[in-house]
Amino acid sequence: MAENGIGASVKRKEDNRFLTGKGNYTDDINRPGQAYAYMLRSPHAHATINSIDTAAAKSAPGVVAVFVGQDLQADEVGGLVCGASVTGKGGEVNKAPPRNVLTMDKVRFVGDPIAVVIAETLAQAKDGAEQIAVDYTELPSVVSTSAADKPGAPQLHEECPDNVALDWELGDKAAVDAAFASAHKTASVDLINNRMVTNPMEPRAAVGDYNSGTDEITLYLTSQNPHVHRLVMSAFMNIAPEHKFRVVAPDVGGGFGSKIFTYNEEAICAWATKKINRPVKWTADRSEAFLSDAHGRDHVTTAEMALDADGKFLALRVSSQANMGAYLQLFSVAIPTLFHGFLLAGQYTTPAIYLEMRSVMTNTAPVDAARGAGRPEATYLLERLVDVAALEMGLDPAEIRRRNFIKPEQMPYQTPVVQCYDSGDYAASLDKALANADYDGFAARQAEAKGRGKLRGIGLSAYIEACGVAPSAAVGSLGIGVGLWESAQVRFNPTGGVTVFTGTHSHGQGHETAFAQLVTERLGVPIENVEVVHGDTAKGQFGMGTYGSRSLPVGGVAIANACDKIIAKGKKIAAHTLEASEDDIEFGDGNFTVAGTDKTMNIAEVAFTAYVPHNYPEGVEPGLDEIAFFDPLNFSFPAGAHVCEVEVDPDTGTLEIVNYTAVDDFGVLVNPMIVEGQVHGGLAHGIGQALLEGCVYDDDSGQLITGSFLDYCMARADNLPSFNVDYAPTVPLHNPLGVKGCGEAGAIAAPPAVINAIVNALGIKHLDMPATPEKVWRAAQAAG
Amino acid sequence: MPTVSMTVNGQDVSGEVEDRTLLVQFLRENLNLTGTHVGCDTSQCGACVVHVDGDSMKSCTMLALQANGADVTTIEGLAKGGEMHPMQQAFMDNHGLQCGFCTPGMVMSAIDLAAKNPNPDEATIRSELEGNICRCTGYHNIVKAVQQAAGTMGG
Repeated sequence: MAENGIGASVKRKEDNRFLTGKGNYTDDINRPGQAYAYMLRSPHAHATINSIDTAAAKSAPGVVAVFVGQDLQADEVGGLVCGASVTGKGGEVNKAPPRNVLTMDKVRFVGDPIAVVIAETLAQAKDGAEQIAVDYTELPSVVSTSAADKPGAPQLHEECPDNVALDWELGDKAAVDAAFASAHKTASVDLINNRMVTNPMEPRAAVGDYNSGTDEITLYLTSQNPHVHRLVMSAFMNIAPEHKFRVVAPDVGGGFGSKIFTYNEEAICAWATKKINRPVKWTADRSEAFLSDAHGRDHVTTAEMALDADGKFLALRVSSQANMGAYLQLFSVAIPTLFHGFLLAGQYTTPAIYLEMRSVMTNTAPVDAARGAGRPEATYLLERLVDVAALEMGLDPAEIRRRNFIKPEQMPYQTPVVQCYDSGDYAASLDKALANADYDGFAARQAEAKGRGKLRGIGLSAYIEACGVAPSAAVGSLGIGVGLWESAQVRFNPTGGVTVFTGTHSHGQGHETAFAQLVTERLGVPIENVEVVHGDTAKGQFGMGTYGSRSLPVGGVAIANACDKIIAKGKKIAAHTLEASEDDIEFGDGNFTVAGTDKTMNIAEVAFTAYVPHNYPEGVEPGLDEIAFFDPLNFSFPAGAHVCEVEVDPDTGTLEIVNYTAVDDFGVLVNPMIVEGQVHGGLAHGIGQALLEGCVYDDDSGQLITGSFLDYCMARADNLPSFNVDYAPTVPLHNPLGVKGCGEAGAIAAPPAVINAIVNALGIKHLDMPATPEKVWRAAQAAG
Repeated sequence: MPTVSMTVNGQDVSGEVEDRTLLVQFLRENLNLTGTHVGCDTSQCGACVVHVDGDSMKSCTMLALQANGADVTTIEGLAKGGEMHPMQQAFMDNHGLQCGFCTPGMVMSAIDLAAKNPNPDEATIRSELEGNICRCTGYHNIVKAVQQAAGTMGG
């Protein structure tokens, strides 16, 4: 292992600027002559727009311009797009109702933007917006996932009869029904996967800056994938051609999925800067973020398991409904189908699986990918159901899992739901987790807690996810409108420093450090001489961005491959200089050496020679600068076992997580310190969903009830325990670096582990998330 | 517009502000001290915490004019002579930050916490940081960082 290479917990390169106030987030960027945009949003969940009178606003103090949807339409600005076309029952592809950047006909959720006011100051823009008179005719609304497709429900889009965007099925229904008919026992659970507001701490923001001299638009924005933003706005929205459009995602304060998508306000800043020939800045306040960011989860589900007499799973049957909100965002229907259904085998050999999934439209903010994206929902229903099955069979939850695990010798394992797992030892993870959590000592701890009037419970979760998204041909055949390869450019500067351009984007994940470690390992260059650059379409090649735990499994391999191209070229140069055959040149620790001799040349010397090629091999291009694109052969399959132990106070319903143990299989860890941090953060997300977070719209008015941090409970430090994190790695068949991805695991594994622990403590079958003190107290009282 | 004057990171500063201008706006927009962040509009997240006359304060919850004559320290004013404050160093050593957005406010709150509780236990740290929300770290490493720095600062 090179010093500071793979496996070293190197302190992060990015920390100095973040810790000293020198980070550069979008809202920190101010351009000369900048004006401020403020969005006028619908106060109604569902209403026809009869008229919008902007005359008074246009003459308000400081107002530069007021635009409505027709203004963008006149400039042929296209609408926001859904990038998924998933084929459902009867070969029918999902509906994709159109969405204008500013809504013109009727508003479909509280927060739907209908006008933008641009003024000299933000305060003047807000004051101007007060002067806009909108005449609405209110319509009845529907916000509930389960009510959306019921007869008589208010209809959102002509294109979506019964508010159904996609009616999808997966698996062999006949085989599943037959297995249920002959089952020894069946288990069933009805559950809700609560809607979450993703809430990265940095609210979304955008600054559009048009240069009339070059006819170029620069857009600074909060994005996980600036190239994708540019592509969408160029190809579908007609903002500007890609070569005249620079998109920069500078430091970004967390994403968790919600900053993947192209949003209305970003398109407006990019378009309006040219329209008024001034920079235009927009920054969401938190209330706007709650209203207008894409939300996550929101499934209503019935899940059933058929079992034989030994507790082996014979079949899984799931009927579910997913809330898509008022419009389909970029991935939208792909999340509850491809990223959810394909994971329903979990870690088990269940031979027959059938899922029915209806994606429905409601008068709520759009719902799309959020940390885990479909996989948390799959894991939650499956791991809850397995515990219910254990209860039905009278088996220990660990034992029923063990009896059904796919075994290491069965790898690669073709599940009945498309995915083919390439590695994993699920029993090993579980055994280690149980040992680390002292599972065997639980009964004694439970008895001791009882003496103090507390109910102690323990819960397991054995999860699998599909990460490293994704093989382009595979996702293309399933209806995702992009390729999901990744790119890297490794550039030696003449004096030996290395600049790495990655197409991924870091918004907390520490790529500037971990990717530099890859280069240090591969090329033997000291880590302080390696700089990782990302987030700017004017620097480096096209890339697909960061989501789905793909940056290292896909982007990291691209970097390694670019390094290998550097080495291959370096061998030619070194061979010429050292007067040896290229075949005799060996590379290691940053040095090209003639095998069996002490004739050697450092890679920095080779780089200098490449840029000053006075004595140079014939037919070799000058320069040392290589690009690689990597399209993965398969998803990666991180997996693991988590154990949660809680103590419930039955008199108050409050509970404490007294121990949380994670054992994960992420393959090779490039920077264990960063990986552990990713696990912690994922766990906070998952525990937050299980105990605290739940996005609520009012059923009658369609108003967002949980519209601020006062109403929507984000996990604070005193809501969480310290975590016990460990690993049980296996070697993935398809990933050249042996890595699997780690960013989403905690958010996927934690919710069922926590709820399984709570229902175990209370001695009940099920409790819906979030398990607030009130819910827990009521359940404790009912359970007696 | 009224004029406000204060000391920020040891420098005397003044500027014209509206009555409604918040301290955080004055710092970010008038002084270009963009290390202090705004993460919410209900005084919950703590990304905007600075020190006013030695106490941690949410600068989104205070008018600039209320800080007239005050001694204000922001995240930019912590490092001395190129050397990080022990709390900044502890956050780096313990990986107590990821995206960095909550970090300035978290560090400023943590310094105040450690100054007032020389040997805080985990429960005290968690309770005292209730006014600062982090979405990335799960707080585990922040708690470790504060414990490390509190020891250093005490010594």
